Amino acid sequence: MGRTAVIKFPGTTCEVDVYRALLEAGVEAEVVKYRDFDPDKYDAVVLPGGFSYGDYLRAGAIAANTEAVRLVKEMANEGKRVLGICNGFQILVEAGLLEGALLPNLNLRFVSKWVYLRVLRKDTFLTEGIEKDVLYMPIAHAEGRYYHPDEERAKRLAVLAYSNDRGETSQDHNPNGSLLNIASVANEEGNVVGMMPHPERASFKLLSPNSSTDGLLLLRGLAR
Amino acid sequence: MKFTVELIIMNKEGVRDPEGETLQKYVAEKFTSKFLSTRVGKYLRFEVEGSSGEEVVELVKRLANERKLYNPLVHKIEVRVVGQDGGD
Repeated sequence: MGRTAVIKFPGTTCEVDVYRALLEAGVEAEVVKYRDFDPDKYDAVVLPGGFSYGDYLRAGAIAANTEAVRLVKEMANEGKRVLGICNGFQILVEAGLLEGALLPNLNLRFVSKWVYLRVLRKDTFLTEGIEKDVLYMPIAHAEGRYYHPDEERAKRLAVLAYSNDRGETSQDHNPNGSLLNIASVANEEGNVVGMMPHPERASFKLLSPNSSTDGLLLLRGLAR
Repeated sequence: MKFTVELIIMNKEGVRDPEGETLQKYVAEKFTSKFLSTRVGKYLRFEVEGSSGEEVVELVKRLANERKLYNPLVHKIEVRVVGQDGGD
């Protein structure tokens, strides 16, 4: 296992939370500014949440045009592990590293709450070997409505889906209007994963409403 | 010559547009039933140097495509020249 870079763009806000949670998960990590990012120094990358470039144009669209993300794309093509959380997920989609699009929530509101997530795929670096089928962690976003023109394809790529505590996915548990309740997708190979929920906010007992540390189960994927 | 070029980005048909739907339902059709539908998009205006309208439209389209000013999966674009000056 090598080091993991947590890349900070102007407007990124969750880099320290992610860094602390990664340490908690046993992942060797450091925060690096997007301009100083040297891909040869790292085996994995996390793009944390926040509001890169003020969400101008569309959330993630400007960061997707940076040299740093071009380098992340190269790393992804080499099979290195890439995780995008929330705004990071939006960046990966905008950059074409993941399929689909993240549109404004159907109710046009910023949604901030704890949700249950059904684990659909266990062939990604994030979910491999995970024993639980339902996870509990928070979401906080205004543009999280996952869209893909091909529903069958979306089913193949989906990693997590919004559900109830028993893992049942229905529209009642869909916070933003996502296709098939999708909260997270990966590429075919499973080395690039994007997710709207925040695992770093479900990594410390004291900070979780029911002491959930399910986020660590996922982040440990960067240590495996 | 300097051209003023508009780029309009709209959701494709079939991709829901909650902002447009809300405006339609609560404002436009309440105003008069003559409003049949409302769509909301994004509007960008550029001043571009070039020798012809076709050339600058092509340039804006290339910018939009290559730098992903829109997402072709969910958006459609309209590019049009609305003014020019500096010509002979």
